[in-house]
Amino acid sequence: MLDVKNLSIGYEGKPVAEDINFSVKEGDFLCIVGENGAGKSTLVKTLLRLTKPLSGEIVFKEEGIGYLPQQTVVQRDFPASVWEIALSGNISKLGARPFYRAEEKKRAEDNLKRMGIWNLRKECYRNLSGGQQQRVLLARALCASEKLLVLDEPVSGLDPKVTAEFYELTKELNKSGITIIMVSHDIKAIMEFSDHILHIGRDNVFFGTTEEYLKSSIAKEIGLNSGEEG
Amino acid sequence: MQNMIKTLQFYFEFPFVKYAVIVGILIALCSSLLGVTLVLKRYSFIGDGLSHVAFGAMAVASVLKLADQSVLVLPVTVITAILLLRTGQNAKIKGDAAIAMLSVGALAVGYMLMNVFSTSANVSGDVCSTLFGSASIITLQVKDVVLCFVLSAVVMVLFVVLYNRIFAVTFDENFVTATGRSANFNNLMIAVMIAIVIVLGMNFVGSLLISALIIFPALSSMSLFSSFKSVVILSAIMSVICAFAGILISILLSTPVGATIVVCDMILFLICFVIGKVKGA
Repeated sequence: MLDVKNLSIGYEGKPVAEDINFSVKEGDFLCIVGENGAGKSTLVKTLLRLTKPLSGEIVFKEEGIGYLPQQTVVQRDFPASVWEIALSGNISKLGARPFYRAEEKKRAEDNLKRMGIWNLRKECYRNLSGGQQQRVLLARALCASEKLLVLDEPVSGLDPKVTAEFYELTKELNKSGITIIMVSHDIKAIMEFSDHILHIGRDNVFFGTTEEYLKSSIAKEIGLNSGEEG
Repeated sequence: MQNMIKTLQFYFEFPFVKYAVIVGILIALCSSLLGVTLVLKRYSFIGDGLSHVAFGAMAVASVLKLADQSVLVLPVTVITAILLLRTGQNAKIKGDAAIAMLSVGALAVGYMLMNVFSTSANVSGDVCSTLFGSASIITLQVKDVVLCFVLSAVVMVLFVVLYNRIFAVTFDENFVTATGRSANFNNLMIAVMIAIVIVLGMNFVGSLLISALIIFPALSSMSLFSSFKSVVILSAIMSVICAFAGILISILLSTPVGATIVVCDMILFLICFVIGKVKGA
């Protein structure tokens, strides 16, 4: 569903990471890991067409992507109800119509129920806890795409319990057939449920299954598999 | 009290007073609708910058002795709005400096042009009324009212039709782009609407005060309400009430219209702010 070939990413002509190759098939759970500043977020922005690639190509089979962005300052005190935000996930289905149809409203309702926050629909987004806010944004992302979700550092700023719950939630979504691409720096936690890993380092890029990754030299460098071998 | 009503009745027999009320309410309505988006997108300053550019354009138009100044002022403001909103997207550090430069520059050039090529005997009076709105509202003519009516109808229809898109783009532009739709068109329309509102409001409350009409009702409403729709609706209602009250007060006390409306907006903001704080605590 997604093929990336010889991709170089960066800002204003300055490359951050080069020669990235990977592909994602339907139902995959791909995690993008790497040190801070290695280009994880730049890669996501490039995949989402928010930033232009320096070179290489990105081929998408799907049109819409459900995106769960890192929170911005603007959103933190934004006066909007949970319902309004979830509904806005249907924006790409509006076409030339000015208003949402009943089926789009139903979709927002279903996804809020799926995230277990239907009872919060009238609440103001800025008054919710971090975990609840992420669920709202996830419901919105699901409205945008039932097939592919891109999550950018979804658990940063969440406490351990909420983080675990959020991971469970993404695991379930993946099991129900949704392809997930997730950026994270929490490598150990995501080992459990991701089936593919894309590691972006300063000088090397790794792509393969999680098992291959554990055997790779990159994983050894950061001491990931020491427990198994020891 | 009875005296006040009599005074008002007396004034309302003049057509220009009726025109002023209509124009004032339309402008207040349009500006407050867009205000919510501008404040939330952290673009409050763009309104200010644009109104100064419009002032500069107006000075050029009066130097060129154009019969209808909006022929020049409107396109210039629209183009500036588009340029400013576009650089605002990838907010670099220089974004706010660029707006400040542009607005002060336009102000200086406008004032200089008006002085050098003065067409009337009372230059400082002209400048003052362009900056702070007409001291009296006698100058309004039927064609001004018609123009104002048409343009604000355009803004309101656009706003309602694009409402869902405006919300999505205001809340999270990257998300909209990721779903495969371009946010550029929406940003363009927002820019066009802002420019229209500013040009409309400039004749009425003046170019220095128009951004107050954009910002205050939105802020007042945001401190009280928590859903986007209720914030938009309430800010429109509050803005209209303030404009109406401001016009009446300015008639009764013979104060300048623009400044009076803005003072009303400020008082309402203070009230809302206090209520919001009390409710929040």
